[in-house]
Amino acid sequence: MTTIERDVEAHDLTIVHMGPSHPAMHGTIHLKLALEGERINKAEVDIGYLHRGFEKEAEAHCWQQIFPYTDRLNYVSPMLNNVGYAMAVEKLLGLTIPERAQYLRVIVGEIARISDHLTYMAAQTMEMGAFTPYFYVMKGRDWLWDLLEEISGARLTHSYVRIGGVAWDMPEGFAERTLAILPKIDQIVVELDKLMTRNRIFLDRMQHIAVISAEDAISYGWTGPCLRASGVDYDVRKAHPYLVYDRMDFEIPIGTDCDNMDRYLVRMEEMRQSMRIIQQALEQIPPGPVMVEDKLVVLPRKAATYNTIEEMINHFKLVIDGIRPPAGEVYSYSEAGNGELGFYLVSDGTGRPVKCRVRPPCFMGMAAMEQMITGHMVADVIPTFDTVNMIGGECDR
Amino acid sequence: MSHKALEKLRQRFSSSIVETHDFRGDDTAVIQREALVEVVSWLREVHDLELNMLTDMTAVDYLQQGHEPRFEVVYHLYSVARKHRLRLKVQLAEEDPVVDSLCEQFKIANWFEREIWDMYGIRFKGHPNLKRILLYEEFVGHPLRKDYPKERRQPLLRRPENEIAEVLARRGKARSLPTATE
Amino acid sequence: MGLEFATGRLADAVNWARKFSLFQYPFVTACCGMEYMALWGPRYDVARFGAEFPRFSPRQADMLMVVGTVTERQGPILKRIYEQITEPKWVISFGVCASSGGFYQNYATMPGIDHVIPVDVYIPGCPPRPEAVLDALIMLQEKIQTGQGWSQRQYQVEQERKRLDRQQTRNAR
Repeated sequence: MTTIERDVEAHDLTIVHMGPSHPAMHGTIHLKLALEGERINKAEVDIGYLHRGFEKEAEAHCWQQIFPYTDRLNYVSPMLNNVGYAMAVEKLLGLTIPERAQYLRVIVGEIARISDHLTYMAAQTMEMGAFTPYFYVMKGRDWLWDLLEEISGARLTHSYVRIGGVAWDMPEGFAERTLAILPKIDQIVVELDKLMTRNRIFLDRMQHIAVISAEDAISYGWTGPCLRASGVDYDVRKAHPYLVYDRMDFEIPIGTDCDNMDRYLVRMEEMRQSMRIIQQALEQIPPGPVMVEDKLVVLPRKAATYNTIEEMINHFKLVIDGIRPPAGEVYSYSEAGNGELGFYLVSDGTGRPVKCRVRPPCFMGMAAMEQMITGHMVADVIPTFDTVNMIGGECDR
Repeated sequence: MSHKALEKLRQRFSSSIVETHDFRGDDTAVIQREALVEVVSWLREVHDLELNMLTDMTAVDYLQQGHEPRFEVVYHLYSVARKHRLRLKVQLAEEDPVVDSLCEQFKIANWFEREIWDMYGIRFKGHPNLKRILLYEEFVGHPLRKDYPKERRQPLLRRPENEIAEVLARRGKARSLPTATE
Repeated sequence: MGLEFATGRLADAVNWARKFSLFQYPFVTACCGMEYMALWGPRYDVARFGAEFPRFSPRQADMLMVVGTVTERQGPILKRIYEQITEPKWVISFGVCASSGGFYQNYATMPGIDHVIPVDVYIPGCPPRPEAVLDALIMLQEKIQTGQGWSQRQYQVEQERKRLDRQQTRNAR
């Protein structure tokens, strides 16, 4: 008998199952709530309904073949996962990528982050009953996805980043189009702000709900917007700058009340800061190559592959055997939409990983869910769950 | 990563450390299984280390590489205040894959350990609720072990055979979909 | 002749009504859910096809849209939801993961939802573009109009069987 079933027996509580097929559970979370009237006496969180075996698949594929799997981890901001994984393999290889590639990674990463937070806004507001912001967000998100489609070829699962740089340079006029879209996205953020942030109903449902203290948040391993809403100043981009974030001027919003409202406000502000970063990156981006010049890592150009035997063999070896990093292990981390996305890679010198572990930032949020919703009412579960921004692909891998 | 943590660790727990390295700048210490809880608690309390966040915990199976011992449980610790990291590893043999639980020290260890139990079959002594988290209870085996074949499925449910036969039979005499001109 | 003509026209009319008022149950699991959300948005408006309003209770829905990867663990849940939807019902399998398992061929993923429930339209793509989904919706609507959906055909088979039973009892008397 599980703990929750024992409690139900002992205290005559009602069990209500939310999920695993539930609109507001973002698909696949099962919450067992033991209720006393409307109050949640005890909760049990059941994850794993979207476990797709990322690690097992990664062990069966070459290092560069894992990019599509990383796209589908945090699928609302796939570029950030791609960047995180590429950084991990490059750390293993001891590779430094060209500057232009670093700027491009920052630009697409921040566009993905805005898309992530916009999707969060849509889900948060719609699941609380406010339908209008959802449509504004979808309008804006489609513009952003148009940009990402221009640069990578796909709307959602881009696989744009490569080990050693990015796949190709940004197209003609991309910078101008991006700079033209950003004020329109800002307008949408302003509209969302006006609709929700001082809305009486929204405030009542979000303020002082699901408070997690900074100490608890650290004990749960929280990172990202949720940790910053609990008052802890930790953002990987500032604490351990990577790529070209040290050249960017942006701020990190920190919350004070540690509740749902703060988590919402932190994400709202982060979108604005991301827009600043994109503007600066587009101004500063230098000309140059977008892939490192390394035969052992980068596929040769098609013209050479089809015409010279050495390049063909090179291509063949890279595709069939894979890139061969030196034996060893690394842990590489970057700031994804939900927090510190870590990749722990173990290599034995062959073309396939021994271990490819993803440290999923929203897994920790779900672990704290039981503590967050106990004592609150059933209706508080939805806003709380939304502010954790659980993305099934990342939590269950 | 600063090397301070490794230095202090070597001074204080020299008998429990099997080896240390810092490949690509990641400070790593392999420690004895028995010393785990003590080391982790000490690392949290020491004033200038303050490694108070368990960022990640996972396990690795070295069956194909032929390493003895087969398993390694890997802990990544981080200090939010001091901004430095340390990796701790505990090696476990195949016959005795048991290690102490860190649930008392870190709340997130609860779920990390459940995942490692689910995927690798490594037990954690003192864990309040060691059951599967990502897979279903009816699943037999620990899939991330190297000797578990990737495509061995254990389906919970499949359609009845007669229904599938009917679909296949119908496909034999299927009509094409009506087009706009019909 | 007259009765068949009338019932034929009635069936056509009923199917017409059904195809333009599909109430979907969005069984959303994974990344395809993002394209599904875009489908609802103003650009790829699915409301113009009458299939806008999602019904989050299977009893009130008639189209099960399985969006995203279905794992083995999720299989019994999918089956249960499918059984609860009242007839006639249609199933769209959105994305390669729901159609065939996608590129997740491992211990955890079901290689396509047609291992547990019958599917009417499969949409390949990872994720499929919203235009592909609208194309599939139109295909499904054609299927509904001609009565070719799996559940519709089962109903017809049932009707036929009952008719033969009645005829046999009449002949036996």
